[in-house]
Amino acid sequence: MNLNILDFERPIYELESKIEELKNFMKEQNIDLTEEIQLLEDKMVKVSETIYQKLHPWQILQIARHPERPLTSDYIQLICDDFLELHGDRHYGDDQAILGGIGLIEGNPVTIIGHQKGTTTRENLQRNFGMAHPEGYRKALRLMKQAEKFNRPIITFINTPGAYPGIGAEERGQAEAIARNLLEMSELTVPILVYVIGEGGSGGALGIGVGDRIIMFQFSYYSVCTPEACATILWHDTQEAKNASEALRITAKDLLEIGIVDDVLQEPRGGAHRNPVAMAKNLKQSILQNLVHLKTLSKEELIAQRYSKFRNTGQYLDIQINQSNQI
Amino acid sequence: MFRELFRSKNKYVTVNRDPQYSDRSEHETEKVPEIRERVKVEKEGDHLWTKCKSCQEIIYNKKLAENQMVCPVCDYHFRISARDRINSLLDEDSFIELFSEVTSTNPLNFKGYAEQLEKNQKKTNLRDAVITGRGKLCGTPVALGVMDFGFAGGSMGSAVGEKLTSLIEYAASKRLPLVIISTAGGARMQEGMLSLMQMAKTSAALARYAKAGLLYISVLTDPTSGGVTASYAMLGDINIAEPGALIAFAGPRVIKQTISQELPEGFQTAEFLLEHGMVDRVVHRHELQDELSRILRIHRMVGEVS
Ligand SMILES: [Zn+2]
Repeated sequence: MNLNILDFERPIYELESKIEELKNFMKEQNIDLTEEIQLLEDKMVKVSETIYQKLHPWQILQIARHPERPLTSDYIQLICDDFLELHGDRHYGDDQAILGGIGLIEGNPVTIIGHQKGTTTRENLQRNFGMAHPEGYRKALRLMKQAEKFNRPIITFINTPGAYPGIGAEERGQAEAIARNLLEMSELTVPILVYVIGEGGSGGALGIGVGDRIIMFQFSYYSVCTPEACATILWHDTQEAKNASEALRITAKDLLEIGIVDDVLQEPRGGAHRNPVAMAKNLKQSILQNLVHLKTLSKEELIAQRYSKFRNTGQYLDIQINQSNQI
Repeated sequence: MFRELFRSKNKYVTVNRDPQYSDRSEHETEKVPEIRERVKVEKEGDHLWTKCKSCQEIIYNKKLAENQMVCPVCDYHFRISARDRINSLLDEDSFIELFSEVTSTNPLNFKGYAEQLEKNQKKTNLRDAVITGRGKLCGTPVALGVMDFGFAGGSMGSAVGEKLTSLIEYAASKRLPLVIISTAGGARMQEGMLSLMQMAKTSAALARYAKAGLLYISVLTDPTSGGVTASYAMLGDINIAEPGALIAFAGPRVIKQTISQELPEGFQTAEFLLEHGMVDRVVHRHELQDELSRILRIHRMVGEVS
């Protein structure tokens, strides 16, 4: 039995196992149950469509954090013809929470950088659950500068609960490392595509998140802080996390509406973990499409567009001219 | 004994001081709620005196204000309002406020946020958590942004980000040196991702400003944390911190919870950051104007050898 089934997924899994049962029964007993199976399969599609159409942000958060959700390394493997991981920030160490390297996608050279969680407890400890230290952000910047030198587009995959809050991280300048990336990324002369593939946790996510296109996977989230932290800080009650997940507007759909992200990448029914191959296909297609478009821009145009993209984020009142800047 | 003495007299004195620094703001900020409580100006009496959190000395508020909110006994740096800071740094009557018309709205319809904004505006008589403008520092024209911790814990939402970005762009267009004095709990949660993106927005503006070959001095004051530290506050050509200031990415409470062990003595203070190479200088508030003016002068000079 799969322990990683989320509560709201249960009806789908139950139908699935019933179908499986009937199929086995049909085989063993040599009875034709095709019609019954078809009925159940239709029902399953309907049930899951209903469930996934109206997920609460809290449920989307659970999918984004799903232990079986595909990771940066999975997508790299599925979309690249070739990939070489490159290590280290040349200053202090090699942060395993951020993975980076060079590769080919349909023959196009690219630099790929992403937060990397683990699949096992052991690997998660090694990868620090995808929570990077300063050296992770500095490794990312080194690889981005390298990409710029060789005129390679950059693709980043965001999947982190946040930058690591620890003593070493503070000592080595977590804030400076993130700030530096924001500044430098705004002026890199190669196209940058940013994909939020799972968790988009605060400044730790944004630290590799400045780009020409910001695209969220359908069941990912991106938030100024985790709903748990928000609930604790604002309402002194972790039980309020579910409400916070709604109030903070963290889903792909919300953030597309607010104008923070440029596009939402549809996930296979039930989420990326149900069909990583199909998800990777969508991703690859999106990458290639966006790169074709961005490659038509001159370096000056690219940077100017990126600047105005971030320059125009925010909603505030301008009393003097009495109009609100709604993006 | 002294307490009683002061209390009995408190009716006669009115001290002109911003009251917001004694108030525990309800408007919490990202990651480091605990920092608001590090310094708490005494509320007893009617703001006649303040007990120094560091040396326990009882100080007349008037004397404290005259001393730029620095404890005359132990040099503890209390928080100072943006207006007082501007007055203490710039030449008299030289400050011209810019972008004051930009104010926060409640873009996410976040519960209670509109009321909190109103309350903070009333309390501080500020429109938002930063004042931006231009003025003269010992005769040198500068673009100046000063954050105010009294307004929503100095948190950065769309309005703060917009004002600072406008200031940076203004400084670039007028080729003015830029000074930003930070104090903040981080990004303003009530505006969600719109707040987080202000980090990228201000940093992008600073990248352009830097490319123009212009000087940016960042002054980090108690406390500066979260998304503000992780954007413009850490990006100065020269980073200056005030003595004892808490400067952090993640706040001490969050770190303590995560690693479940005690934090080292002096962790995340200005002096700690100096030791770890994150700031250029730790400067006493009384010396700040002079140091800034010296830095500006060195950047203005064109020597014969160059
Ligand atoms: Zn003292």
